[in-house]
Amino acid sequence: MNSYRNRPEAIQALVQEDRVHRDLYLSDELFALEQERLFANTWLYVGHTSQVPNPGDYWSLELAGRPVMMVRQADGVVRVLYNRCAHKGSRLVSDESGNTGKFFRCPYHAWTYRLDGAPLALPLKAAYADTRLTECESGRGLVPLAQVEIYREFVFARISGTGPDFKTYFGEVLGAIDNMVDRSPEGRLTVGGGVLRNVMQCNWKMYLENINDTVHPMSTHESATRAAADLWQGHAADEPKPMAMEQMLPFGAGYDFFDKMGGRVFANGHSVLGVHFSIHSNYAQLPEYEAALRAAHGEQRAADILQRSPQNSVFFPSLSVKGSPQAIRVIRPLAADRTLIEAWSFRAAGAPDLLFERAMSYNRLVFSPMSVLAHDDVHLFESMQRGLRADGNEWVSLHRNFDPSELAHPTLTTNGTNELLMRNQFRAWAKYMALTDVAPV
Amino acid sequence: MMVALDFIVAEAALLDSGRFDDWLALFAADGHYWVPLLGAAQVDPLSHQSIAFDDRLLLQLRIDRLKNPRAHSQHPKSHCQHVLQRSVVESNDPATGEVTLRTPFIYIEARGDDQVLLAGTCRHRLTRGPDGLLIRQKRIDLLNPQRALPAIQLFI
Repeated sequence: MNSYRNRPEAIQALVQEDRVHRDLYLSDELFALEQERLFANTWLYVGHTSQVPNPGDYWSLELAGRPVMMVRQADGVVRVLYNRCAHKGSRLVSDESGNTGKFFRCPYHAWTYRLDGAPLALPLKAAYADTRLTECESGRGLVPLAQVEIYREFVFARISGTGPDFKTYFGEVLGAIDNMVDRSPEGRLTVGGGVLRNVMQCNWKMYLENINDTVHPMSTHESATRAAADLWQGHAADEPKPMAMEQMLPFGAGYDFFDKMGGRVFANGHSVLGVHFSIHSNYAQLPEYEAALRAAHGEQRAADILQRSPQNSVFFPSLSVKGSPQAIRVIRPLAADRTLIEAWSFRAAGAPDLLFERAMSYNRLVFSPMSVLAHDDVHLFESMQRGLRADGNEWVSLHRNFDPSELAHPTLTTNGTNELLMRNQFRAWAKYMALTDVAPV
Repeated sequence: MMVALDFIVAEAALLDSGRFDDWLALFAADGHYWVPLLGAAQVDPLSHQSIAFDDRLLLQLRIDRLKNPRAHSQHPKSHCQHVLQRSVVESNDPATGEVTLRTPFIYIEARGDDQVLLAGTCRHRLTRGPDGLLIRQKRIDLLNPQRALPAIQLFI
């Protein structure tokens, strides 16, 4: 295997304009470099503020291999701190979530910290009087993430202290979060029903690419969509469908449907798939809910919000959003060949329970470890992880609809089956893998 | 009560031998198969997420899918083994004919060189049909349902 650490040009050579090298998926060294460079220099999704509703509430997780926690402060603000005692490195909390009260207390030697991480007290204080503890990192308390941004209650952080600010980094794709939140007549979402967690033996980029892959459902999901279509055969087209049928049957739509839904790419790897319509566009209408939305937003804006239901909006490299159903997926890379996927459902304040049921039903059918559809996806990701070790072809093709003029346009709307949405992710990958320094806090 | 205890053993044996159509026939028309995400702590299937919550239609869909040669994830095929502890009858209502039982289990699902090992307690709500007992609800409370799980392709 090549050595990439000190050869930036070798990393850049892995991403050609119409294909990528297999080492992006297979190399342990590149995965380590992704943790240092790509994930440190991009804005990553941490969580939703509704996971920590009350002062003292925390939610702990690993962000690009680093232990972090969201903490609700006494004044209501949510902060993101490293979950690491300043003394010897123990995590302050080891439950995933809970309430720490008014301060954190390390279980090892009882060093304590305020909710914002400032040092509070430690035993045998006099013994430190003549030492340089207060001058070094260990005397400064818990370290906050370098950059944190809360956008409409969605919490993002960046490990590096330098780089594009949040709005510049995400740009137009933030509209996908707006759409999701605006579907609440009260403009407020809360996470609901817990999180489905699925672990698979494949590289995270296979999963992220597949979120924009409109050509796989017809062949990959043939067994599930065929079974659904056969079971529903004989029912009139306008007959109300059980929710599971309503959500599964559109997966069988043909190449033409997926091509015409359209896609749009943005700088830094982000995208919206299904700019014109998607498999989510024809869910049963809910007159009372739509009236509530019109009352909240006005006729025109309510119509705009409701007609927009993209397939997936990708916030490169860690988040994929669906406005309808109200569901997100979080991509948590664990190793070159191991990826954790989380599926979260949202409740929209002021909307009927049916919307929340749709979110949970969709996540359960499509993203649960016992999903009806995902087994075939996961099987194929794991199959590629093994197949790519073959000799004779070290490249993964992304040629579909490649046009050299696309290189000059960071923002572009295109047909839905154009692999531009994937090429765009890899161009961002190369860009952020070229940043060798993580700036200090 | 022996009938109900034997029913539980026979139900698992149908799954372990891959006789999914025969297994589905054990469910009442309004029967459900449910794997709550909170395990034993979960109150109902709608206020919180579930790993699976299937009515007969969805169970039929899963079974039909497994029969399709293009169910790619079934190459190689999955096989399962239920190891059951003796069931305990939790309630028995002669008026309605409804019996509830709890059955601690270990479940192994094997595919190729990999296998998944799960433990938990199964809770059956059985009712009397014209030809014997039927499942109103099969609820599976996993030991640690909130952990990151690999694909579980058959039926616990």
